[in-house]
Amino acid sequence: MSFAEFLSFAFVQKAIIAGVLIAVVTSILGVFLVLKRLSLIGDSLSHVALSGVALGLVTQTSPVFMAVPIVMLSSLGIYKITQATKTYTDSALGIVSAAGISAGIIIAALAGGFNVDLLSFLFGSILTVGTGELVMAAVLTVAILAVVYIFYNELIALVFDENFAKTSGVNVNRINTLLVLTASVAVVIALRVVGIMLVSAMIIIPPVAALQLADNFKKTLILASSFSIVGVLCGIYFSFLLNIPSGAVIILFDLLILAVCAAIKKYADKKRKIA
Amino acid sequence: MYLIEAEKVTFAYGQEKVLDNISFTVNKGDFVGILGPNGSGKTTLIRTVLGILKPQKGRIKILGTDMQKFSEWREIGYLEQKTNPPVLMPLTAFEVARLGLLSTKNYPKIFNKQDNAKTLEAMQKTGCEKFKNKLFSQLSGGQQQRVLLARTIINNPSLIILDEPSTALDSTSRESFFRLVSDLNAKSGTTVLLITHDTAEIGRYVNKFLILDKEIIFYGDKQSFCVSPAVTEYFGPYAQHVMDHLHSKTCCPFKEETK
Repeated sequence: MSFAEFLSFAFVQKAIIAGVLIAVVTSILGVFLVLKRLSLIGDSLSHVALSGVALGLVTQTSPVFMAVPIVMLSSLGIYKITQATKTYTDSALGIVSAAGISAGIIIAALAGGFNVDLLSFLFGSILTVGTGELVMAAVLTVAILAVVYIFYNELIALVFDENFAKTSGVNVNRINTLLVLTASVAVVIALRVVGIMLVSAMIIIPPVAALQLADNFKKTLILASSFSIVGVLCGIYFSFLLNIPSGAVIILFDLLILAVCAAIKKYADKKRKIA
Repeated sequence: MYLIEAEKVTFAYGQEKVLDNISFTVNKGDFVGILGPNGSGKTTLIRTVLGILKPQKGRIKILGTDMQKFSEWREIGYLEQKTNPPVLMPLTAFEVARLGLLSTKNYPKIFNKQDNAKTLEAMQKTGCEKFKNKLFSQLSGGQQQRVLLARTIINNPSLIILDEPSTALDSTSRESFFRLVSDLNAKSGTTVLLITHDTAEIGRYVNKFLILDKEIIFYGDKQSFCVSPAVTEYFGPYAQHVMDHLHSKTCCPFKEETK
């Protein structure tokens, strides 16, 4: 099947629009999260999302709608645990992750085990995205991008040096909270694309690839989004052709892009040293 | 009105008291050198003054406003002892220096052409405009320090707080660094608080010393420093050496008296 034929299907068009929106939002937030050493927040929150999705399926409400508030509360929990116990962020991420996955397994077991719907959230099934989910992804993407635009330079200051940010009048608590809340929303809307198992990869890999090549902040955001979009488009096409889960294929393409970027950086560094 | 007013400030990390009942005032135009051994609480004092750390006891006012309610951040330039941005931070030297203007912006805090011109001007003052397009993370320690100083002075703040700023600088850069800060103090009336171990340099520029060792050992002008019994008692057998060392650059009357 040619690419043009592939694009003519309505469900493919929906999948591509949703995929591109989610690619942009996860990669842009991912740049800030990676630099803030919060890369694994996606992993923890996706595990929490499992309990939200399971609860949604059990109560026969929208799994995604059910997951959003649970994941948002958990993201605040990570922040509060770090502050209250003066522990490292990765420990707080581990605690919340364990709590989320335990709750998810218990709910799923009580409801009679993992069914097909739950498995589609585990591994992603972007080709089955409905109109309601597409609209929700669009609204949330616009909202997240608006937050990033308004607080753009404050986010940069926070990531660069928190003490400097404080003495520049940045409300560090508010910006940290906004960052984890937007990350939690992004995690939930990305579940349909790559699934619970791989959502953190979508947040981490394209930004890390962009950071290999970029020489300023805006370029990093543009490259990260572009890489993520390429990964999503290739992933959707090949997962359709080969009839395999989309999430895994998207992440494989992201990894390929990362490998190429790392090789280019290594070559450029070597050339610079010789010069 | 004092520029800084600290009253009975006490701060402890857990059980360990680092600042004990500290009171002092700083006038507009003062150039205060803060000295003390490692672990004496110098950086903690500065961080408490700036509201980064909240004291367990006491009160701090900056520009007449209680620190907890302070919002005029454009009036303050702060250069930390260590800045450890992420290794892969994709910010150019120019972008880092421009962040100093953040406190002057309203939402959405987006920089414009005027901000860019101001940034370039500040970078020229600190001699770092040559590498403005280089990634900050790829600069040497001294080059990074010049960029951060440009960020610190970019708003022409009323108060500059420098925490061991010269450690990464070579002797020539250190000289021009101190001269620039001294010029800002002399010509623009900028108040400066400077933490340093560089006693050979500090005496030449400051008009007040604050000797700290968890409590204030001495706070006053250079002349009083050289005849202070508290300083003599604190430094013990080394007192004369310290005074002579600082004196050689300070022109205080003590040496005349001891001759």
